[in-house]
Amino acid sequence: MGNEARFITKNFGKYDPMSLDSYLSIGGYSALKRALKMDGEDIASAIAEAKVKGRGGAAYDMGRKWSQSRGVKAPHKVVICNADEGETCTFKDREIITNDPFNLIEAITICGYTVNAQDGYIYMREEYRHLRPRLLNAIKEAEEKGFLGDHIQGTDFSFHIHLYSGAGAYVCGEGTALIRSIEGKAGRPRMKPPFMKVSGLFALPTCVNNVESFAIVPHLLMDDDREYVSYGSGESLGTKLISLGGNVRRPGVYEIPFGTTVRDIVYDLGQGIPGGHSLRLIQFGGASGKVSDERILDTPYTYDDLKAAGVTVGSGSVLVIDSRTSVLDFLRMTQDFFSEESCGQCTPCREGNLHIKLILAKMARGEATQADIREMKKIASIMSISSLCGLGESAQNALLSAMKVFPKTFEIGGEN
Amino acid sequence: MVTEVTPEFVITDELAREIDRVLDEHGHDATQIVGVLLDVQALIEQQYVPQPVAFYVAQKLPIKVSVIYDCLTFYSALSPTPRAKYPVQVCRSIACKVNGSDSLFETVKEILGVEPGQVTYDGRFTIEEVSCFGACDVAPAIRINGKVYGHLDTPDKIRAVLAEFM
Amino acid sequence: MEDVQMIHLKINNLPVTVPKGTKILQAAESIGIDIPHLCFHPDQRAKARCRICSVEVVGNRRLLAACSTEVWEGMEVFTDSQIVRDTQVGILQLIMADHDKNCLNCARNQRCELQALCARFNIQIPNVPDVTKYRTTENTNPSIVRNPAKCIKCGRCVRVCKDTQGVEALTYASRSDDLIVTTPYNLSMEKTDCTLCGQCSLVCPTGAIVEKDDTQVVLNALQDPNTHVIVQVAPAVRVALGDAFGYKGGAIVTGQMVSALKMLGFDRVFDTNFSADLTIMEEGSELLHRIETGGKMPMLTSCSPGWINFIEKHYPNLLPHLSTAKSPMSMFGAIAKTYYAKQEGIPVKNIFTVAIMPCTAKKFEAARPEMGRDGMRDVDAVLTTREFIKLIHYVGLSFKDLPESEFDSPLGTGSGAGAIFGATGGVMEAALRTVYEKVTGKEAKPLEFTDVRGFEGVKEATYDLGVRKVKVAVCHTLLNARKMMDRLEKGECDYDFIEIMACPGGCIGGGGQPYDTTNEIRKQRIASLYEIDKGLPYRKSHENPDIITLYKDFLGEPLSDTSHHLLHTTYHQVHKLYEF
Repeated sequence: MGNEARFITKNFGKYDPMSLDSYLSIGGYSALKRALKMDGEDIASAIAEAKVKGRGGAAYDMGRKWSQSRGVKAPHKVVICNADEGETCTFKDREIITNDPFNLIEAITICGYTVNAQDGYIYMREEYRHLRPRLLNAIKEAEEKGFLGDHIQGTDFSFHIHLYSGAGAYVCGEGTALIRSIEGKAGRPRMKPPFMKVSGLFALPTCVNNVESFAIVPHLLMDDDREYVSYGSGESLGTKLISLGGNVRRPGVYEIPFGTTVRDIVYDLGQGIPGGHSLRLIQFGGASGKVSDERILDTPYTYDDLKAAGVTVGSGSVLVIDSRTSVLDFLRMTQDFFSEESCGQCTPCREGNLHIKLILAKMARGEATQADIREMKKIASIMSISSLCGLGESAQNALLSAMKVFPKTFEIGGEN
Repeated sequence: MVTEVTPEFVITDELAREIDRVLDEHGHDATQIVGVLLDVQALIEQQYVPQPVAFYVAQKLPIKVSVIYDCLTFYSALSPTPRAKYPVQVCRSIACKVNGSDSLFETVKEILGVEPGQVTYDGRFTIEEVSCFGACDVAPAIRINGKVYGHLDTPDKIRAVLAEFM
Repeated sequence: MEDVQMIHLKINNLPVTVPKGTKILQAAESIGIDIPHLCFHPDQRAKARCRICSVEVVGNRRLLAACSTEVWEGMEVFTDSQIVRDTQVGILQLIMADHDKNCLNCARNQRCELQALCARFNIQIPNVPDVTKYRTTENTNPSIVRNPAKCIKCGRCVRVCKDTQGVEALTYASRSDDLIVTTPYNLSMEKTDCTLCGQCSLVCPTGAIVEKDDTQVVLNALQDPNTHVIVQVAPAVRVALGDAFGYKGGAIVTGQMVSALKMLGFDRVFDTNFSADLTIMEEGSELLHRIETGGKMPMLTSCSPGWINFIEKHYPNLLPHLSTAKSPMSMFGAIAKTYYAKQEGIPVKNIFTVAIMPCTAKKFEAARPEMGRDGMRDVDAVLTTREFIKLIHYVGLSFKDLPESEFDSPLGTGSGAGAIFGATGGVMEAALRTVYEKVTGKEAKPLEFTDVRGFEGVKEATYDLGVRKVKVAVCHTLLNARKMMDRLEKGECDYDFIEIMACPGGCIGGGGQPYDTTNEIRKQRIASLYEIDKGLPYRKSHENPDIITLYKDFLGEPLSDTSHHLLHTTYHQVHKLYEF
């Protein structure tokens, strides 16, 4: 495929994911060895210069995050790898863990070295429990060969990685919910501050990154040819893994250079919509993402261009919905997801999701009034500005964006 | 057919030993309660954590039983009420829905003869509607005891999968 | 003095200066702006979950929770802009839609924080449909009633049960709109680790957790011409009752309180301070007896029923440490149904004894089979301070205008030692006043044992009694009790005597006290009890003339056979739901 890149995924299929020797044979752990000779600040700068942004959804400047974490002075610090990708139609991290587990372990170790942490935690969703043996094996072999554990590669740097399992809760992808889950509690988010970098897991300074964010790092440190920054432009340098799904012929995970158009993603990589149906809408970035219609097809997939077009990169998913599904049905499916996954602790999200679900159902029955639509919009706005955590804040992104893109769906004859 | 009242669950000596082993594997670390409960649940044929088992774990770990109950009701992969030997988890999220998970869902209900939440008379199957488990590239999909079965777009394919467990 | 950095901000364009660390909610309060709040409680860590305190802060895309957001230099807050109003009212509407709105027959009618907010925001027509999930009301124990349909999921009860009491009988369960506050496996409260301390009912902003209402039982008894109804009032009630009638925190309203009880129709109004003195006589003697005979040490106090329930459930192996002396309330009941009945010539079956207590667990204590004889209870009904307030409203008394009256005789005289029972450290100090004098033969100078006073969670002190020293400890809240018991189990407690009160601050902070009780108010109540103590003619239990008479005419001496029979008991292990 002309539009695919192989940077983050360059190890995929090149080695046996159950064998460290196999990983070493393709140059594995060169990045850690190089990192151990570098100053942590330089590692963070390298990431910042490549303008890598967090790939979990928030798109926070990753080099800056590592540098800030590094700046927090404490005797005990931790790194968390967020492998709880729970956004709908998002499965890129699954591919990384499946195909390249050693790279991930290496990356987390480099992060530990950079921010002066002693422990790393991987929090992986229960739905990926079949991948546990892979990660456990990678951790074990890395420890045996001195790439993990005490005095890594004969240095003063000691670092341990622990694998924790989720148990089916989308909200645990939210940082504070995730740490509560690792601490042995129900994963309900807590308010911020305190911020994670100061007081996170077990009240220790904590640096959380997504699987894909980590996966970039070893490649970036070894990128002497500056291949990564040759992709994309502006604030969107490099490549990105996208999870393409829904009504496309060839769903899957693709690594694209930033700047690839949405049309190329859907019609070239995804081979278009099957059965000759037309495009209804595309949702970007998972259930919490915003929607657009065919007007977005020629937009380049970059942070800025998508933002200008009213959507965001988010989790990197691209969900294609064809004309067989109405906008309303789509919104009801999305709403069902949040009505199931809200943690329920804050009022706007707990009650708001319920009422919006009821109004959408009323619309589907043809019984909704203009007053209902206004109320729905009001509740959605209240949720987005006053919920406790990012889940409540973003749960109505689909609805609020659909109200702009598809105003006809919400037109109801006659004032009531 | 639907099962009626569940009799009081009895912890056999063997189950107690198995639970103790799980607790040992987790180093009696209360922060690992979620993992402990997943492992303990897997020991029980009907894939749930019965009340006496929750109290047993609470006492042995130790941890407050209220924390256990909170976790059991909060996390969708855990259950305080009986499930089945083979909980058939049907993804009800969007990528599967637009790829025919409604008819998949109907077919599963028809084959097993139960509604979601009900258990077949032999205690072997239950149907659970679950959120996206990240198998959108093989939609529509179901998941049984951790294993994903994708591309289930015809009744024959669904029948073939379920037949493995019959 | 340490320099506190001051922060300058604007709230609704008004300049405000507050110390660094202040939250928006308090900063607004300092200039007279009440930002609505529900999950916020001054004694708890901020939860920021109800979100009704959302306010606009210039420069922030989203609203911020005033209860949990610290002010910063140059901050500009708007508490009353259109978006804030829409959000706050919208959230209130959402809460109301999921709340059993049967206010007219709710225990919290007119005393409900949610109702007050609805009145404030003039909520008349709901704009979202009712989605209340009606669930069974739990009404299976003598102390606490739970109605989940009135729960607004604010989490105050869960917090107090965990953070203050360390019990964790209440928990959240489930998620999204199924989220509820409940017990593990929805067991009834008495089957859980719950001690019925009632702190949950004190902090609940609505009628979701309330004390079991016994007002009607008492009203019926009062109307029955053949029943002689007597009432005892705990020391902690007189410094808390005024809160509900416009007095400032800690106001001493003993005189009006007694008048109110007489006007309610009680035949005799007596004072639990009297039987608190009796408790000191028995418990103090027991302590000396244990010291002399090498009994189980250290000895633990036994007057707090929440604490008794706690040790019976959680540390049954330590029960031998517990003093066998009954609580002042139960001693009073026993004396009323024996000595008093005989003195007055009233058949025991015609006497109905009511206790007004700051406590929900006292309802459970009074119902214990140990606390009575011949199939009759010593204390027939226990009312919390809150129920007492309801009765005062019921009969239409204008409390502030009532004259002051005196307690009746012969069970109405209490010493200053009895009065301070209501404060953490009070039982210890009362005991020390008597024990010191019994052992040394001299009066303690000064009479105040200030080392055991104050709001510290755990206090300790050593006193020289001449022949030997006694080392004592005092703790309040069950979280501190648990820490103390863990130390005791490990043999790390070389104390002779430990006072334990289940509730923060002691009985003055009990679970049956008026709503809006906070630690600040608790401290004021404690100060008032010490003030009462100072002003009384007798300040040591053994000098209380009514107590001297009681021993002379009836009991003989402390730890006598009669005393043992009437005033002592033993407590028993409460078996767990499962024994493994």
